[in-house]
Amino acid sequence: MTRVVPFLLVIAALMFMRAPFMIDAAPYESTMGLVQKIFYFHVPAAITTFLSVFVCGIASAIFLVRRKRMADHVAVAAAELAVLFGLMVIVTGPLWARKAWGVWWTWGDARLVMTFVMWMVFVAYLLLRKFGGPGSEVLAAAAGIFGMVLVPFVYWSVNYWRTVHPSTDVIRTLPPEMSSVLSWCIYSFFVLYAALLLLRTQLESHRASLDEAFLALED
Amino acid sequence: MRTRRPLVWLALLTLVVLAGVSAVAFQDDTFKPLKPGDPGQETLPATPLVFVAYAFVWTLLLGYVFLLWRKLGRVERELAEVNARLRTGPRTP
Repeated sequence: MTRVVPFLLVIAALMFMRAPFMIDAAPYESTMGLVQKIFYFHVPAAITTFLSVFVCGIASAIFLVRRKRMADHVAVAAAELAVLFGLMVIVTGPLWARKAWGVWWTWGDARLVMTFVMWMVFVAYLLLRKFGGPGSEVLAAAAGIFGMVLVPFVYWSVNYWRTVHPSTDVIRTLPPEMSSVLSWCIYSFFVLYAALLLLRTQLESHRASLDEAFLALED
Repeated sequence: MRTRRPLVWLALLTLVVLAGVSAVAFQDDTFKPLKPGDPGQETLPATPLVFVAYAFVWTLLLGYVFLLWRKLGRVERELAEVNARLRTGPRTP
């Protein structure tokens, strides 16, 4: 695991270094202009958040059913990364919206509110793990599964409810010169996510080993 | 003291982001008369918004990788120390 992580981090760094040049070369969107270029980090961050939420939900389910410690470590790592990438979505979105819609945030938009609620579920997950005491891992696992169930609602909210947020069709109908840049950014985020997930899971495993070692030392 | 450092870094990062966002926000909150001949289309420049968005993502990612690496190093050191103490056995009084 330790050998793979630096390799993945180097690949991700190289991809992230190339991304701004590709984003700069991508054409301006006809109505929004320059500010639309936030899209190339906003959407990959959102997709990575969904991925992380799924990883957390599935790992939480495995932990609840089979009580495997490794599944719990993966769930904690994925929850923290869901909060990290979700924060990027929640910060970059309003910066784009300010120019495109004239407001930083609107509570009337289903996609915005549901994304925020989903993000808060994973903030709650982390708070539960930090301050919940013994047994909090089971409650947190239930919260992780609940968070995963929210993903389809967040994703399709733009298609079912009246909203100012662009629909999911935007990605499918992108011209090639825009979609190639978006794909590059999505892969960059995925490589970085894989590295961070491995690293964070390793940290959680080491912490558990440290706790066991301290207990053994006390005995 | 060590456990406070990530919080201090997080607080600093939040301050930087808030300063950037508020600078952009307050920039647009002043009433300015439209000059004759000015088309008046670009009322809010997009460049600071795009800059803040990308700077935020890069700073957050770099900061997270740095903190994670440091935490992992510290836990690995502590684990090695405790394991070494376990191997040598308990101290005799």
